[in-house]
Amino acid sequence: MEFGTSGMLNEDGIHVDMDRLKKGEVNLGTSIMAINFKDGVILGADSRTTTGAYIANRVTDKLTQVHDTIWCCRSGSAADTQAVADMVHQNLGMYGIMNGRPPTTQTAAALFQELCYENKDRLSAGLIIAGWDERHGGQVYSIPLGGSLHKQSYAIGGSGSTYIYGYCDANWKEGMDEEAAVNFVKGALQEAIKWDGSSGGVIRMVVLTKKGANRHLYLPDTQYAVRHE
Amino acid sequence: MPGFDFSNHTRNAALHARGVPLPKATSTGTTIVGCIFDGGVVIAADTRATSGPIVADKNCEKLHYIAPQIWCAGAGTAADTEFTTALISSQLELHSLSTGRKPRVVTCMTMLKQHLFRHQGHIGAYLVVAGVDPTGVGLFTVHAHGSTDKLPYVTMGSGSLAAMSVFETQWKATMTEQEAVTLASNAIQAGIFNDLGSGSNVDVAIITKDKTTLKRGYVKPNERSKKQKSYVFKRGTTAVLNEKIITKEEISKYVTVHELEGGETAVGEKMDIDA
Repeated sequence: MEFGTSGMLNEDGIHVDMDRLKKGEVNLGTSIMAINFKDGVILGADSRTTTGAYIANRVTDKLTQVHDTIWCCRSGSAADTQAVADMVHQNLGMYGIMNGRPPTTQTAAALFQELCYENKDRLSAGLIIAGWDERHGGQVYSIPLGGSLHKQSYAIGGSGSTYIYGYCDANWKEGMDEEAAVNFVKGALQEAIKWDGSSGGVIRMVVLTKKGANRHLYLPDTQYAVRHE
Repeated sequence: MPGFDFSNHTRNAALHARGVPLPKATSTGTTIVGCIFDGGVVIAADTRATSGPIVADKNCEKLHYIAPQIWCAGAGTAADTEFTTALISSQLELHSLSTGRKPRVVTCMTMLKQHLFRHQGHIGAYLVVAGVDPTGVGLFTVHAHGSTDKLPYVTMGSGSLAAMSVFETQWKATMTEQEAVTLASNAIQAGIFNDLGSGSNVDVAIITKDKTTLKRGYVKPNERSKKQKSYVFKRGTTAVLNEKIITKEEISKYVTVHELEGGETAVGEKMDIDA
């Protein structure tokens, strides 16, 4: 199997080879994000998966449930991120049963980190974990390629995220209400989809609060204005 | 021992490094599709198998049995699709026997994806998994690296672009069985006619709650027609330059003749003769 190169530092000691996907692998050329707001967290993602220039799935669900109110956004290799998410899903299911209470978001993030760090040479997975639990309320964690773990007030990821660092920094407000938070995520993802060729399709969101998980769907044929489903 | 044998890997790598080319795998440069309808699911495939530019088999089977109500269409390396589906089919039957339940499509999909992920894409199986189980209708795609998708209509293989164009223009949210079968068959035909890797006939499998129907050669748009002329050469076409007759007595000069004993009969291997 051919790798782009080894994922090591270039001769100049500055540039890192980011082309870590194996040949012919299914890619989530992606725009994903998760944010904190007043009552919990919101996860958001586009819906495009690609194999080279071909869109293998235009309505992908990159927001994956690993427990009742702990979800993750997946970017990078579809196979790798699905495998990791499936393992954490299994683990948290057992954890919840054996302890008689649901796991915290931090626990979930730590499990993700364990897998991503220990297998960093073999995985191309960029994950954002967000969840709501009784102890800490809403929390957002980001695990980029090397397997480090960062607790953040909001996180963006995937190829499309490069285009919205400015947008997010300029428009971010701490403690938004749900409507403002949804509009923040939607506005950011619209820009990411507009500028990034590898992102597109519908916008999917999951709102995680005390009341549980609530799904949103916005279609491009109505300029992402109308909530469906 | 179950699983694969990698004991020749080092030898093969060494040979390859010295310039010995790898043997060509028979690839199912393929069009396969799947589509759900009210009360069931249909999968379809073309029947061409290729080895490089050569058509290795004009009428191969790309619809694989997993369980009575779960079938799989395979693209990629023919041997890998065949063995992967057979392996999972076997494991799923044992699983079903030990749990005392009918096998589910998600179970099958999960076993396939975990098997393929474990082998990191070295098993070149690209599959469309379809079936009906007690939870309802299921339709998935599984890629060689272990990623999966769940969609109401799917295409895979080299002809997937041609087939997808048919689905994207003609698919409806509610369809009857006959409408779905026709749509899937049209999608395969788009692959057969527009993709070089696909060809020959359309195979279809229809799975509903009550029964599974495999229609081998559902459409045969490439039947070999009767030759318009006879191309048998007339007697005497080749000129006779000289002639020498060897008599039975003389023949022992050229070959060893061995007389058979009384009851002995010569047994030769039967030769296949074209119809």
